[in-house]
Amino acid sequence: MTGKTLLQVEGVETYYGNIRALNGVNVSVKEGEIVALIGANGAGKSTLMMTIFGSPRARAGKITFAGTDITEMPTHEIARLRIAQSPEGRRIFPRMTVLENLQMGASLDNLKHYDEDAEKVFTLFPRLKERISQRGGTLSGGEQQMLSIARALMARPKLLLLDEPSLGLAPLIVKQIFDAIRVLNKTQGLTVFLVEQNAFGALKLATRGYVMVNGNVTMSGTGKELLANPEVRAAYLEGGRH
Amino acid sequence: MVQTVSTSREEVANPFPQAIREALYAGAISFGLFVLFIGLKSDQNIRNELILVQRWGLLAIVVALVMIGRFVAVAYIRPFVANQKIANIATGLFPDSAATRFFRLPYFIAAVVIAAVLLFFSGTLAGALSPQSAAYVGLLRGVAIIYALASVLFYFRSFILAHFSLLSVILLVLYPVAMVLMFGFQGSLKWVDNFGIQILIYVMLAWGLNIVVGLAGLLDLGYVAFYAVGAYSYALLGTHFGWSFWILLPAAGLMAAFWGVILGFPVLRLRGDYLAIVTLAFGEIIRLVLINWREVTNGSAGISGIPKVSFFGLFSFNVSDPNYIAKVFNIAQSGAYYKIFLYYLILALALLTAFVTIRLRRMPVGRAWEALREDEIACRSLGINTTTTKLTAFATGAMFGGFAGSFFAARQGFVSPESFVFLESAIILAIVVLGGMGSLTGIAIAALVMIGGTEILREMQFLKAIFGDSFTPELYRMLLFGCAMVIVMLWKPRGFVGSREPTAFLHERKSVSASFTKEGHG
Ligand SMILES: Nc1ncnc2c1ncn2[C@@H]1O[C@H](COP(=O)(O)OP(=O)(O)OP(=O)(O)O)[C@@H](O)[C@H]1O
Ligand SMILES: [Mg+2]
Repeated sequence: MTGKTLLQVEGVETYYGNIRALNGVNVSVKEGEIVALIGANGAGKSTLMMTIFGSPRARAGKITFAGTDITEMPTHEIARLRIAQSPEGRRIFPRMTVLENLQMGASLDNLKHYDEDAEKVFTLFPRLKERISQRGGTLSGGEQQMLSIARALMARPKLLLLDEPSLGLAPLIVKQIFDAIRVLNKTQGLTVFLVEQNAFGALKLATRGYVMVNGNVTMSGTGKELLANPEVRAAYLEGGRH
Repeated sequence: MVQTVSTSREEVANPFPQAIREALYAGAISFGLFVLFIGLKSDQNIRNELILVQRWGLLAIVVALVMIGRFVAVAYIRPFVANQKIANIATGLFPDSAATRFFRLPYFIAAVVIAAVLLFFSGTLAGALSPQSAAYVGLLRGVAIIYALASVLFYFRSFILAHFSLLSVILLVLYPVAMVLMFGFQGSLKWVDNFGIQILIYVMLAWGLNIVVGLAGLLDLGYVAFYAVGAYSYALLGTHFGWSFWILLPAAGLMAAFWGVILGFPVLRLRGDYLAIVTLAFGEIIRLVLINWREVTNGSAGISGIPKVSFFGLFSFNVSDPNYIAKVFNIAQSGAYYKIFLYYLILALALLTAFVTIRLRRMPVGRAWEALREDEIACRSLGINTTTTKLTAFATGAMFGGFAGSFFAARQGFVSPESFVFLESAIILAIVVLGGMGSLTGIAIAALVMIGGTEILREMQFLKAIFGDSFTPELYRMLLFGCAMVIVMLWKPRGFVGSREPTAFLHERKSVSASFTKEGHG
């Protein structure tokens, strides 16, 4: 059921000043997959997410999306290829209402499917519908997380990048969000690349997974394989919540 | 057990000891502050020697006033306000009970009668009274008129708030008519020109700057540069080629927009303080070029003889022209016609600015401006080209500055670099901030208060009666400006209208309950 490669990251190196955060990373995401990236704090997961979006830019290596080389493309043009992101720290627009935030997400489309898509994300996150005209900045942390994901979905993405979607959410909501991702993936064939600290949940959800350590991808495999792997269990699962 | 803490007991307790204590502190602080400012003054004596003038009496008066003020505030005003429960934190206004006690029908009728009588007999009174008492009578008349107007505003407040924009546009359109009816053509000059046109120029400038600062969040301290570019474009092209206003206006706007882009390019990567410094420098560079490029701009002597605007070529406002308005309509000559025409012209330009701003906010580019103000990185990852977004913000804002500048040149008939100093940028920015960054209504109110307030100082001739003839109230306009800013920022830290009007609605359900849209205070 998985098709051709949608996102290909080859030997990417990213620097902050002189500090190397990514060390020649290779990652690929095929159409229709859910791929999880796990790793300790400071491993470089968010850096990889942002490098895919061109800020910061990769100093070496190549990133292709659906056959197009996007390594040197300006961020906004990458977004126009229909990669959407719910970035670390959510980055919603605090003074704008929930609806306006969603509108910004849909602006790529010139709001063609705005009403329809808004209804869809509201069925996904009924909580947002209740808060429709509240300012983004006054939402609770979890609500902001939902808004960030919803805003990314409004762009009708081919590839959805999620940086720690479960951050700050109650377990029940985390389950809801993971379920939502699964449903979107099943029904609409949405391809998802997500970073997670909740390794157990993420690997259970994912078709495949990568483990990142100090700017290197050290392990990869299907979600099941990684869950069964003793090293992964020792580093990311035991002593955790399971 | 949950314990609720009650502090209301303490608040009711006698406030006088605390008031006295705070009054003493305030006195000490003000003494420390003012001892060098007021107590001592450097001056020159007849032999041009520097001497120190000691003004201990004045210092004592100032300190005493501060102490009394603090005492009254703590002992009376604060408990009073606390009693009123400061119910309306949202509007910042006193609750109804206090206001209804202040605005009563008998008082209102009395105020109207006093104002009417004084206005009606103003001619006879002026002859009968000494200038000093006439000044006090003038003050009384002013207070009565303000009270009557405030009462009307208070009683119709819900209606006024509901239809604010429409009512204010009607009022602005009728304003010159009312002034002419009240004071005659000659008498209306001052009210139409010094107040009407002056305030509207600043409204327009502030609305233009609002696009850059309020919407796009780019702090621009050099906005006056675009005003200057517009004015000089108009002046130079007008005097050299004799083009009409209606060609020069768009030309000046385009020229300013062009310079907006020129400024925009180097500052694309800058934000906040850095951007502010560079724009400040840009404003100064433009002014220095205007001063030093003598061959073209005539240096600090400026350019005079700028042609007047004509009424679409139908008739002119030059007395010598064959189609001078008074000749066409067979009426008496007066400078007031031109001023009234200019008033409507700037009103139209300002309304155009407002209209464009309102429309743009609902369009992708306007939404991108606001998103840019909130989070630049998020903008980019949503597919917004932040470069063009910033440049269009600078260009659009600059264009309206250019329009205002060309109007300014046409109105004065003379431009010189002196009109485009940094202080002007600061005033315009202050109006935008006071108005509430982004709110057109708030900004218009701020311009009215700040510019109208400083202009009205000129009218306060009764102050001469208090402080002596050498007192020129106009000189204190910056003091007033500063006080007003401090007060507004204490009273409403987000500006007059601090809440943003949302622009997104679901199409099926247009009206969204307003209760959520209020921002918390903080
Ligand atoms: N803007 C920056 N400037 C300098 N160093 C940075 C910057 N952003 C990240 N780093 C460094 O790069 C490394 C990788 O950071 P990154 O944010 O990618 O980690 P992460 O895997 O997302 O961690 P976490 O799970 O805590 O979010 C860290 O050592 C971090 O300190
Ligand atoms: Mg991270």
